[in-house]
Parts: sequence; structure tokens; C-alpha cells
Amino acid sequence: MSEFAIRAEGLWKGFRRSDKARDIGLKDALAQAASAPFRAMSRLGSGQSPFRRSAREKLWALSDVCFEIAQGEVVGLIGRNGAGKSTLLKVLSRIVEPTAGRALLRGRVGSLLEVGTGFHPELTGRENVYLNGTILGMGRREIQRKFDEIVGFAEMEQFIDMPVKQYSSGMYMRLAFAVAAHVEPEILFVDEALAVGDSNFQRKCIARMAEVGREGRTVVFVSHSMAAITRLCPRAILLDRGRVVADGSVAEVTTAYLRSDLGAVAHRLWPDAATAPGDHVVRLRSVGVIRHDGAFDATADIRRPVVLEMTYDVLQPGYAPIPNFHLYNEEGICVFVTADTDPEWRRRPKPVGRYVSRVTIVGDFLSEGTLVVDAAIRTIDPVAVHAHKREAVAFQVVDGIDGDSIRGDYGGALPGVVRPRLLWRTKLQEELPATAAPR
Amino acid sequence: MNKEQLRGDVRVVESTKGLRFVDPRELWRWRELFVALMVRDISVRYKQTAIGVAWVVIQPLATVVIFSFLLGRIGNVPTAGLPYPLFAFAAMVPWQVFSRAMLVGNVSLAGNRALITKAYFPRILLPAAAVFTGVVDFAFTFAILLGMMWWFGFVPGWRILLTPVLLLLTLLTSLGVALWFSALNALYRDVQVVLPFLTQVWLFLTPVLYPASVIPERWRALYAMNPMVTVTESFRWAMLGGAAVPEPLMLVISAVTMLATLLSGVAYFRYIERQMADRI
Repeated sequence: MSEFAIRAEGLWKGFRRSDKARDIGLKDALAQAASAPFRAMSRLGSGQSPFRRSAREKLWALSDVCFEIAQGEVVGLIGRNGAGKSTLLKVLSRIVEPTAGRALLRGRVGSLLEVGTGFHPELTGRENVYLNGTILGMGRREIQRKFDEIVGFAEMEQFIDMPVKQYSSGMYMRLAFAVAAHVEPEILFVDEALAVGDSNFQRKCIARMAEVGREGRTVVFVSHSMAAITRLCPRAILLDRGRVVADGSVAEVTTAYLRSDLGAVAHRLWPDAATAPGDHVVRLRSVGVIRHDGAFDATADIRRPVVLEMTYDVLQPGYAPIPNFHLYNEEGICVFVTADTDPEWRRRPKPVGRYVSRVTIVGDFLSEGTLVVDAAIRTIDPVAVHAHKREAVAFQVVDGIDGDSIRGDYGGALPGVVRPRLLWRTKLQEELPATAAPR
Repeated sequence: MNKEQLRGDVRVVESTKGLRFVDPRELWRWRELFVALMVRDISVRYKQTAIGVAWVVIQPLATVVIFSFLLGRIGNVPTAGLPYPLFAFAAMVPWQVFSRAMLVGNVSLAGNRALITKAYFPRILLPAAAVFTGVVDFAFTFAILLGMMWWFGFVPGWRILLTPVLLLLTLLTSLGVALWFSALNALYRDVQVVLPFLTQVWLFLTPVLYPASVIPERWRALYAMNPMVTVTESFRWAMLGGAAVPEPLMLVISAVTMLATLLSGVAYFRYIERQMADRI
């Protein structure tokens, strides 16, 4: 292994509950300071240490975080909201200080935690490029050298001397990202907040990130997008409540993330009928994602079919409950809704009992990435939703690079809500004489 | 393993303890941001409104005109033979830089929350850039002062060469105060409310609209603890000559308090800096 670029040695970061300026005024602060000796005395009286703050006053955003990243590695940092991902990036970028422990960084650090940090609406695009570039650690001469390239990347040539307040949000993002994309540190921290904007733009951002990784720079990339992480980062680190809970190959870690209850599960059970989602007519008892070989699994090969299963109890006779699934992708777009159309139960009331409904989603249809599944049960007569469990289960569709999936030999980002296998036929219509076209 | 054992370009990120002053190498590395922030502050101010420029001039002029009528007419302000408007405006020039610096320095952190929580750079650059933009305001008011001197038939002597030094003193005094207030204001927003009142009181404790000589002898030492006392008096003396020469003892006292404010300001600022991004 080559030399480390980043080494975290037991990083801790704690916040006090009242650590926000808006929560506390100067008057309160003075009152607190004035009463501190008395509170210390009262702690003394109750046998506590007069100096130590009680531990429960602290919220630990990071606890004992250790890892090492080699030079040139591209690492994805994943975890649900509040797991400490952003705090970790902020500590490593020296925006906030760790409470304890330390990190060693070798090389110039660039942090892209937000697009357009310091952009001022009154200034022109040109002025903002200089200001933002300087904030990101570029020198004036470096910006001058790259200026045309930045403006070209953003496709903003004719608007560059307009105040930014007159830009559309798309233009703003393009320019801001263009600056960020031209920062060339040895270590780059990127927050997913960077990859906002329309999908076209997101692709451009991600392509650029991939390029940065290939240039041999060390990149730490925080994202919720499993597709982006799996494509960009060979290695991932999973954080939960401020701790490193998994660190390894991206496939292992993303699967761990999806399997554990940190993120989403492939199989969810409601053993207690009273608290299961539903009403007096139906109750959901379990929802699951089943792989082609019959096991519950949160990871699915894009080429294979996936089965969604729902178990539910019908508690009242005379109803015809119809189970249905709603699938959402990472961008929150509803990919499709599918309802039970089994002819055996069409318009037929279901007797009281436990039912299992399964639906097979064909292979070579879903796009890669995370799919979140809502499970619902409704009746048409009367029109009512009896059970609706949002984000009941989730799974990850993985598109390998074996060459026989729909992406073929193309390794880049492939947009689209679905990725169906469609029939292509090509034939030679007519042979043309070879021309010596000037090149 | 300690820092010394680590090879060359390794940076250590850890919690810092104790007093620290500025790290000159770090500041030098970020010098271009200092300039960029100043350019931003200046161009934003003068872009937003055409009144931007006028405002810088109107405010001190209005104060001087009002006091010319109030005090100048009554005629018992000992101006050492100088016309009262000129006497007052000359001191108003550095005062304006100071009061403005307090105002913008104070909000320089609270107003740049996004920068502080999303990017790393020495935070001290924010109040410093805000204070040093006062140079532009100074240029405008200074030009007005020269115009007034011409009108009243005053020719500046060699002492005008002292003005850059006095401007620097004004800026450093302002910086010391701004560091304290910006750091306090980052944590406790209500500091902002006190500031206009404080600025007003401070103006009356500074010999701008009256000469320092009206202060009884035994109070002078205490009076000089306000570093703006000697700055304004010296500036008036440098520009108009005829005014009283600042007393050496007062100069020393002012210099000491100025330095104390600046150093304690830096120390306090650096102390707050550790928790700034967490608490702002």
C-alpha cells in the first residue's frame, strides 16, 4: 500500500445541545457564567465532580472514528442522515475542530461542501469566479489561467459579466460547479450537495468526479446515491451514529448499508398484528424483496428478475382488497405502481385469512440504483386505502460491467428511469464505395 | 509520534488548546482571499446603490453641519482659531473610518455564515477585510476635507505626510475593537443591538466635535485610554497644524490601550474561532 493521504486517529466530535447562537443570548450567557459557581457547588453537594459537565449534555456526532486512506484512493462515505458524514468532512477540512483525537492529511486539501460558497448575487459572474475560486484555495494567477476553461465548461461565455442575481438557478449552478470542478488539490472532499441540479448537470458533475479520481487524486465522496457511490468509489466507509461500522469494498459496504436497519431492509415483518400497518379490514404482516434464487436480498443483478412479496391478513369478510407496490428511485421519482391483477381474485371478495401476493419484476427492466418500495392495500368499492407503508423495503439494482447487460461496454453514467432490454436489429442496406474523406 | 516526527507536508487536524495568536504563514498563504474579500465588500457596497458613495460623505458632513450650527454658532468651542466646520470635519475623517469599521466588522462573521460553515480559511480575514475597506471611505472623506481646506484657505504642511501612519493606527484600533465585537456577535446576536448606542457614546468620548483640551487635566490620562482620542487629535494636528499638539503621555496611554485591545481582540477571536462554525 502506498503512503497514506488521510489518517483519522480516533476522531471525536461533540456538540452541546445549546451550541447555537440563536438559542442563547448574551444576557443568558452572562447569567450562566454568573451562576456557574453556584451550580458547581450544588454538584459538589450531590457528590458529583464540580467541574465535569455531565456526559448527556453532549451529542456525539463522531465517536472514535479511525481509518486510513491511501494516496490516490477514491472512497465513498455513506450513512443515513445525521450519521456524521458531513461532520467528518468538516473536521477533515478544518472547518470545525475535533473535540478529541486527530487526523493527518498529506497534501493540499480542497473541500467542495457546497456549490458556490461565497457567491454574491450583486457581483458579476466573473467577479464571483474569482471570489469563489479564492475561497476554494486557488490563487489569482491559477484562476486567470483557467478562467476561459471554467467559463467554457459552464457554457456561460455571454453572461459572464452579468450580475449573478440575474442568472437562472441552472446558470448559477453551472457556473458554481465549473469553478469547483477546476480546483486541483491533492485531496478532495466532496459533499453530495454538490451534485444537485437537473439530471444532465448531475451527470456532468459525476463524470467530472470520476475524472478527478482517475487523475490519481485522493477523493472522499459523500453521497446518498448508491449508484454514484458504486460507480465512482471502489471502497466505501459506512458511518452510523458517528461510528465507522463498515469499511471495505463498495459492494460489501453498500450491501451492509441496505441490509442493516440503518438504511433499508429487504424483508420487513410485523409480528404484532395490533401495531402492523393497516386498519380493521386488512393488516400488513410482511413485505420482502426476493432474489431470483429465492432468498430475501437487498441487492439485485440488473439482468435478473426480482420478486416483491407481501403477506397480509384480511380481517373482515366482504372486501376485495388489492395489494399494490409503488417503486421510487433515488431521485424520488415514482418508477411505476403495480397492483394485483391476478384473475382468480378479480372483483372477488377475499374470505378472512392470511394471503401472500407476489409480483415478478422482469430482469433487464429496472435502472441501476436504489429502489424504495411502498406497500399499500386498497379497495375499489368502497374507495379506500386500508394500509400504506411508505419505504417498507428497499433494494439495490446493480449493473455490472461484464458487458452483457444493457449498458454493454459503456462504463459511464446511463440515465433513465428504466433500462429495458429492447430489440435492436442492424443490417447493411447498401455497400458504398470507400471514399478518401479528408480528415 | 509528535508533529516534528512527521514528514514534510503532513497537516495535523486536532483540537487546539490554550492561547494562540495569528499564524503568519497561514495568513500569508491566504493573502489573496483577504484581497478578494475586500474587493467583494467594496464592489458590493458601491454597486448596490449609487447612494453608497454619497452615504460615506453625507453622514459625517451632516453631523458636522448640525454641530456647526449648534456649537459653532454659540461660539465657545476652543478651536484654536480654526473655523469650526473644518475643525470638526478633520477629526470626523478618521472617526468615520472607525465607526464604520465597528459596524461592518461587527457583522462580518454573522453575515458570512455560509462561508464559515462551508469553507476553511483563517476566519480573522473576514473582520480584517471588512475593517480595511475603510480605506476607500477614507479616500472619499479625505478628498472632501482637502476641498474644505482649500475653501477655507488652508495649505497642508509637511505633517500631511503623517496621515498614512495615522490611517493605519485608525485601522488597527478599529480592527482590535471589530475583532472583539465580531466574535461576540457571532455567538450572541444581541450584541448588534448595543452597537449603535455604543458608537454614539464613543463619539462623545472622543475629541471630534470638541478639542481634547476641554477635558480637565486630571481626567486626561483616563480619557486617553480611549485610543481614538489621540488618533483624532493627531489627525487634526497633522492636517490643520494650528490645533493642539497631542500630549506625549496621552500618546503613550492610547498606544498601550490600542495594542492591548488589538492583542486581546486577536486572542479572543482565535479562542472563539475554534467553535465558530459550530455555534454561528
